Order: sequence, then structure tokens, then C-alpha cells
Amino acid sequence: MQLILEKRAERSRTVALASPLIAIGLTIVTMTILFMVLGKNPISALYVYFIVPLADGYSLQEIAVKATPLVMIAIGLSLCYLANAWNIGAEGQFLMGAVAGSWIAVKTQGTGAGHWVLPAMLLLGALAGALYALIPAICKVRFGASEILTSLMLVYVADLLLDYLVRGPWRDPQGFNFPTTAEFDPVATVPTLIEGGRLHLGSILALIVVAAGAVLLGKTIKGFEIRVVGAAPRAARFGGFNANQLILLTFAISGALSGLAGIIEVAGPVGHLQPGISPGYGFTAIIVAFLGRLNPIGILIAGLFLALTFIGGEQAQITMKIPLDVTKVFQGILLFYVLACDSLILYRFRIVSSSPQVARGAH
Amino acid sequence: MNRNLLGAAAALLIAGSLTSSAVAADKLKVGFIYLGPVGDLGWTYQHELARQALVKELGDKIETTFLENVPEGPDAERAVEQLVRAGNKLIFTTSFGYMDPTLKVAKKYPNVHFEHCSGYKRDNNMATYSARWYQGRYIQGEIAAKMSKAGVLGYIGSFPIPEVVSGINATMIGAQTINPNIKVKIIWVNSWFDPGKEADAAKALLDQGADIIMQHTDSPAAMQIASERGKLAFGQDSEMIKFGPKSQLTSILDTWAPYYIERVKAELDGTWKSGDVWGGLETKMFEMAPYTNMPDDVKKMAEGTQAAITAGKLHPFKCPVVGQDGKEVECKGGDHLEDSQILGMNFYVKGIDDKLPGK
Repeated sequence: MQLILEKRAERSRTVALASPLIAIGLTIVTMTILFMVLGKNPISALYVYFIVPLADGYSLQEIAVKATPLVMIAIGLSLCYLANAWNIGAEGQFLMGAVAGSWIAVKTQGTGAGHWVLPAMLLLGALAGALYALIPAICKVRFGASEILTSLMLVYVADLLLDYLVRGPWRDPQGFNFPTTAEFDPVATVPTLIEGGRLHLGSILALIVVAAGAVLLGKTIKGFEIRVVGAAPRAARFGGFNANQLILLTFAISGALSGLAGIIEVAGPVGHLQPGISPGYGFTAIIVAFLGRLNPIGILIAGLFLALTFIGGEQAQITMKIPLDVTKVFQGILLFYVLACDSLILYRFRIVSSSPQVARGAH
Repeated sequence: MNRNLLGAAAALLIAGSLTSSAVAADKLKVGFIYLGPVGDLGWTYQHELARQALVKELGDKIETTFLENVPEGPDAERAVEQLVRAGNKLIFTTSFGYMDPTLKVAKKYPNVHFEHCSGYKRDNNMATYSARWYQGRYIQGEIAAKMSKAGVLGYIGSFPIPEVVSGINATMIGAQTINPNIKVKIIWVNSWFDPGKEADAAKALLDQGADIIMQHTDSPAAMQIASERGKLAFGQDSEMIKFGPKSQLTSILDTWAPYYIERVKAELDGTWKSGDVWGGLETKMFEMAPYTNMPDDVKKMAEGTQAAITAGKLHPFKCPVVGQDGKEVECKGGDHLEDSQILGMNFYVKGIDDKLPGK
């Protein structure tokens, strides 16, 4: 007797709806056991992780601040992935946007430049991100180079360029050689929305991006093309859709959003350009995109949820002395269950008693 | 939705634990922000040991909390503010890169006191503290020059900031008193804690002919490589002898406990004041690990130098200090460089045939 995974004839709608809830439920069960093993009260621990950060305005703001770049990048990535274009280099596009936008901030520093500075920075950041993303896209379309590899490799190029700039030409003359630019002028800084908090204009832009993504995918022909090219390439060809053009387009949009997120992060919460401006946003956003099932609203929820686990993890460290590693284990378990449960949308378990049989389509 | 239900249930169930924490509310809350994991066995580990010593000493009057592995980017400010909001009244932020985030939070919460390690920005409620590690580097330079057969030292740098640059210079000045032709090879790993890169740098330095490894990074990875290759090395931040029983010559041990205890006592007494403390061997802000894996005469020399520095008879940056360009550096501190010149050190001394990044 054995247990096999069998492909379903069609996607199960019930499982599709229930899957995230099952995943969260299983995560909670697993974490409860883990907390008990660690000798912590599991109910207070889960309360600290999930409820405490939602209970006051400051934490809510911080969740939004943390989620902003993740959501913005993930929306762009979801367009790529829907169109079967695998942009893994959002981190690099994020950094390039940050670098390009910072160029204006550094050059106008102390010159008394007007309010055009910030909009120009945001535009240039988005433009640089888009152009940077077009490199792997063009290599893919023109030479058939794997965009997974090229986009990933370009992350390190961007990282080193940023590193060079803040160590050399753009270094703060008063900064004792530490690799950072001087603090940006107020006109080069993303305004905050609530006095005393860190919530900034970027979060509003992220919401607009989510809405735009939803409209693009749900209401426009272009969005339809993107989905068809990804889901049924042959049908798309018969339909006369140009797959190459869509690769270029989705990469450009994705790069622009990543670049925009980059310059917003630098001109917002950080306030200057330095190495380490991104704790891996470009990569975490890949997780956010898939957790959100490549759906704009889903991505918004997934981004906020992931941000919640970061903030909750800090609260757990502070109030319950739960080590940071447990937060990482927690995020890993959650992702594992989400993906595992999602496979049940397309597959189902079956117990067979006869001789071994290869599960059809299970590869 | 099920989360809301859980929340309601949890709220009822933990009501008990909340009241118990209220009892402890009159204890002074002291917070720490760590760069690495507490188990990095280097920099962060030493701060953690000091925190534990603090708890041992004043545990009945204080309650401590730490956040580990906090990156020096956009997350740092939130981490500091989280500690403030959790009621911590004295907060130690233990890495250079927390300087601006700490300052931002300090301005927002004038009634909370902050202690920032190794930075240069201060405020009425934000003090700084650091150690004169260059003193230890000078001793290590002398030892290295005595012990190196090749006459080439391998130096793993983190960031080319003055603290690190002054360490390299002090090493070379010390080494040159023994061997005027000593050479140093420097690799920057651009990180404080990255065991993989640190190990790679150590390998590369040994491959390039260096036979003594020195580091200004936080993990024992380089010590392990030296040990594997049968070479000598200096530990950093903490006692690393168990990673290289036949390799470690000595190690600069960060001993923050006395300072932490003193500052927390001041906070308890209400006498805490902002300021800058830059202590050295003379105030035991750091110590030297036992001198091992060297002949007795070298050990004696090292102990002699340590005693002279501790007594204030020997200053590693005694004038004349000659820069890479062959010009003497202006001597602002009488017979040695002034503190501000060391704190802002942005040049290599003569004898280093490498270029300071960004120069």
C-alpha cells in the first residue's frame, strides 16, 4: 500500500480557497509545538507575533514601511512571471534605481535646488531600473540567453557599482571614510505622512501600483496578452500575440517598479545612499509574488503579512526573548506549507494498494 | 478571521502574564542592539558576554533585552525605536552603522538615554564609547614582525574607516620597530561578519605569501584557516584559541562589562551624562589574550610593550609619524598624534605599499 500524488483533472476551486487557511493553520500548529519545546507559552507567543503589531499605530506604520518595497517590486515581478519571463534580478534593479536617483540628490546637495528634485529622483530611479532590467530581456529576446542567469548576475554588478560610488566619488566628506553619502537635503527626501512616524509617501505609491496592476491584468487587452502568453504560449502565437515584445515590456515595467522602490527606500527611511540599503528586498519580493499567487491584491496581502512576521519577530525577541532564528524558522515553515498546500490544488493524494505506479504528470 | 478568534482567546489567556510583567515594571529596562548573531564568537559575542555580566551584577535592579542580527540599513532605526517603545530607558547600539539611526531615535525621545559604540555623533541623550584597540595592534605588529619568516603579514580589513585604518597603521609602526622592511597585504571584505568571505580572504592572503594572519572582522573563520594551514594568526574581539590552539599568538579581547556596569549604575543613580569614552589598556576597555605559540623572548617583549603602553610611557603614534607620501604628519598632540587625528585617520603610514580605498 502506498500514498501517491495524482494530478487532478482540473484545478480544485475549494482547495484553492482553503489552501492559504490550511497553510496558516498548519503553521500555527507546528509553531505551537516548537514554542512548547522551547518552553515558551505558545498562545502568548502567537499573540505577540500576530496581534500585538496590529494593535498600535506605530507598528502598523512600520508594517506598511516594511511592506512598501516588497509589494512594489512583487507587482512588477508578477507581470514577468505571468508572462513566463523569469526576472530574478529585481534586487539589482532596486539598487540601480537607488543609485540613479541618488545621483540627483548628491549633485544638488546644498545648492538650494527647488522642489523638482524629488520627482526627478523618482523618475530617474524608475527609468534606470527599467533600463537595467532591459539588459537581460534584450539578451533573452535577441540571443536566447537565459534571463534567470543574466538578471541574477546583474544584481552583483549593481551591488558593486553602488559600493564603488559610496566609497569613492560620492562619499560624505565629513563621514570619516565610512561608505555613505551625506544625508540628503529635505527637498530630496520622501515626505512622511504622519508626524513622528516613518510612514511615507511611498506607501501611497505602492497602493497605486497595486491598483494599476489589478486594472492592467483584469481590464486591459495587454493584461490578457500577458496571461495568455504565460499560460498557453501556443494559443498566444495563434492569437498573434508577440511573446518577445511582452518579455521586453514586462521586464521594463518590473525594472521600473523595482528602481522606484529603490530610490524611495533611499530617499525615505534611510535618508542617504549606503551599502546594505536592501536587506534582500528583491529576493524576498519573489516570495511575496508567489505567496500572493501573482495576483495584485494577493501580493498586497502577502507583503503586509510578511512584514507583519518581521515586526512580530522583533516584538517576540523583545517581550518574550524568543531568538531571531525562531522567526526565520517560522517564515520558512509558513512558506513551506503554503507551497505544499498549493500543490493540492493541482494534485490530490490517493492511496493505492496494488503494485507501484508512477503518478501521471507528477514531475 | 480565524486569527481574530485566536486573538480574542489569546487576549483572555495571557491577561495573567501581562499583570505579572507589570510587577517588574519598576526595574530599569536596558536594551541592546547587536550587529551579528549572539553566537558569532567575536564582536557581538563580547557585547553579549558583557550584557550577561551586567545582569549578574545588577540583575535585581534591571531587566535587559537585546535584538540580534540587526542590519545597518533601514531596519536599524525601527529596531532601536522598538526597544524605546518597549520601555527601555538606556539603550546600547553596538555598531558603527547604527550611528545615524540611533541619533534619529534619540532626537525623537529626549528622555531615553543612548550609548553608541564607536561612532562620532553625539547628543545630550546620546553618548559614545569605544576602545583604543590601536594600542593592542601595535603590540601585535611587534609580535608579527618577530614571528614572520616571510616578512609578509596578511591583514583582513572590514571597512576602511579610521578605526580600521589606525589599526593597520599601528600594526605597521609596531612591526617596523622590529623589521623595517616588513610588508603587509590587505584584503577588504566589506563586511564586519561574513565567515565565508573572511575565510576566503585568509586563504588568498596565505596564497600570496603572507605567513601571519591578522583580522579586523568578527568571526573566527580566518583563525580556522590559519590553523588548517599550520600558520600563525591573531584573534579578534574574543578569545579564539580553541579555533587555533597552535595558531593564536594573542587576541584583542573586547571587555565591555566594566563600562556597561558603570553606565547602568549611573543611570540608576540618575547621574548619567552624555559624553565620549575612549578607553584603552590603562582602563581595561580591552585586554590582551595570553601570549601563546611564541618563544619566551617574544612573549617577554610583548609583555614589556603592553606594560609600557598601559603605564602611558609608550604611545603607538608617537611622533614623528611618516605618511605614505614620505611627509611627516603634523604632530598635534605634543609628542604623539592627537586623539582627533587618530579618530579621523585617513592615510597609510610609510611602508604600506597599498592604496587606501577611496583615496
